[in-house]
Amino acid sequence: MGFIFRHIGLFFERVGRGFVQGIEEIGYVLVLLVESLYWVFVGFLRKQPVRVDAVFKEVREIGFNAVLIVSVLCMAVGTMLAIQGITSLRQFGQELLVVDLVARSVTREFSPLIVGILVAGRSGSAITARIGTMSESQEIDALQVIGINPVRHLGAPVLVGMVIAVPLLTVLGDLMCILGAGLFSSAEMDMPLKIYLDRTMSVLTVDDVRQGLIKSGVFATIIALIGVSNGFQVGSGSEGVGRSTTRSVVLAISCIVIADMIFTYFLNIGSL
Amino acid sequence: MNTKPADSEYAVEVENLVTHYGSRRILNNVNLKVRYEEIMVIMGGSGSGKSTLLRYMLGLGTPTSGSIKILGKDITKMSSQELYEMRKEMGVSFQGGALLRSLTVGENVCLPLKEHTKLDENTMRIMARMKLEVVNLANFEDLMPSELSGGMIKRAALARAIVMDPKLLFFDEPSAGLDPVVAAELDDLILHLRSAMKMTIIVVTHELESAFKIADRITVLDQGNILMTGTVEEVKNSKNKRIQDLLNRRPRQEEIDPEAYLRRLLGEKDDGQGSNVA
Repeated sequence: MGFIFRHIGLFFERVGRGFVQGIEEIGYVLVLLVESLYWVFVGFLRKQPVRVDAVFKEVREIGFNAVLIVSVLCMAVGTMLAIQGITSLRQFGQELLVVDLVARSVTREFSPLIVGILVAGRSGSAITARIGTMSESQEIDALQVIGINPVRHLGAPVLVGMVIAVPLLTVLGDLMCILGAGLFSSAEMDMPLKIYLDRTMSVLTVDDVRQGLIKSGVFATIIALIGVSNGFQVGSGSEGVGRSTTRSVVLAISCIVIADMIFTYFLNIGSL
Repeated sequence: MNTKPADSEYAVEVENLVTHYGSRRILNNVNLKVRYEEIMVIMGGSGSGKSTLLRYMLGLGTPTSGSIKILGKDITKMSSQELYEMRKEMGVSFQGGALLRSLTVGENVCLPLKEHTKLDENTMRIMARMKLEVVNLANFEDLMPSELSGGMIKRAALARAIVMDPKLLFFDEPSAGLDPVVAAELDDLILHLRSAMKMTIIVVTHELESAFKIADRITVLDQGNILMTGTVEEVKNSKNKRIQDLLNRRPRQEEIDPEAYLRRLLGEKDDGQGSNVA
């Protein structure tokens, strides 16, 4: 009997510890966010600005270098949506509605989500690995003793770069998804591509694109904060870097999907 | 070049420093005073807390209690802006060099100048080259750290540490991982820096030979306590058993407490009260 009680006790202890650690981590991430914003907006007053070239380097790394893969993936997703849309809608004789379906679902949902997940996997992990190895080799300490705040030097440029690059990639994703769907639909339904695109433009509202961009900004913040915080908190050894990298990707993707659901609910609360 | 402030004859004063790592106590009431233009070597075995002491002297952690005065000012009570100013007076060479891998050697050396001065690019580059000359690394400024050998990385890190002409230089394990010749060269370099630039230098090391060669005074740390602080001769002649163990490379002989030993074998947590023997 005592044995069972002890295990129940241990179980609750573990749950409690996990809970506390979770709260601690959320706190850490929030402090990181505040500190990054502080350096972005107040740093130059203290003559310690966030370096613009560092931000551009991040934008190039996160955004520009991902242009090809985002284009390919989004075209594939667009095509897939068109195929599914046409087959389902054809049962009702409404296959022309595929234009509306693709235009709205892509700008509101698919493009931000796919870009978010892609960037989390591609750049989120790289950021964690980079900062993690730096803290392993005392480079972070070295920055600190030189007087360079690590959050300003490493964290803030990543955050700003992400918030610039991810929405831009999302716009690219929108275009590529619609192009992919348009190419397939125009071939399937004997409709010129130009007509498809014109129709898309007339269906799309500013709100559709705006929703997608707001979400992609949120995803960008999530990826940056999770990537950077896991990098700074890396455990010892190269094993620690590996573990943190995996953790960073899994956590970022999970948070993106959950945040997506929450934001979609609140952004559409009026029209539900 | 280096005038002492009137109020203190010590460049570094550590008083009653207590630090914890998690719930483990690492440093116990450490007291350490380093005079101006002195080379102080902090010696001790692995896990003695010497690297921890260094970290706290660099302002990289908040101690549980105690004070750390650098150039007469307590860094544990400083605002981040004050500490930022203080950083200009401190140069640090880390154990593995800690050069930023994404920058060239020259850019690494320029980093403190870029951060703290408004010099133009060319002047900075010239100053960096001057310091690289001092450490015998001229013409290596365009290489990446990954292209350097261990000894060169340490020297490049030293160049970065002294580029602001700091009053205080901290050196973590200068000879660790280097062959004896290169290690000896680094020792000479440290001595040269003190005489040429009148720096106060604090070296953390476990290499006896190097410590005896460069030190004015030596502090011996063991398990978070300072065993003694004294000149090379005083340390060599010390009667303290732990110090003699360290000097003669004798494995330490721990007194075994049979009860504690039994408890450890049984996997019982030692809570220090000794009452939970099964």
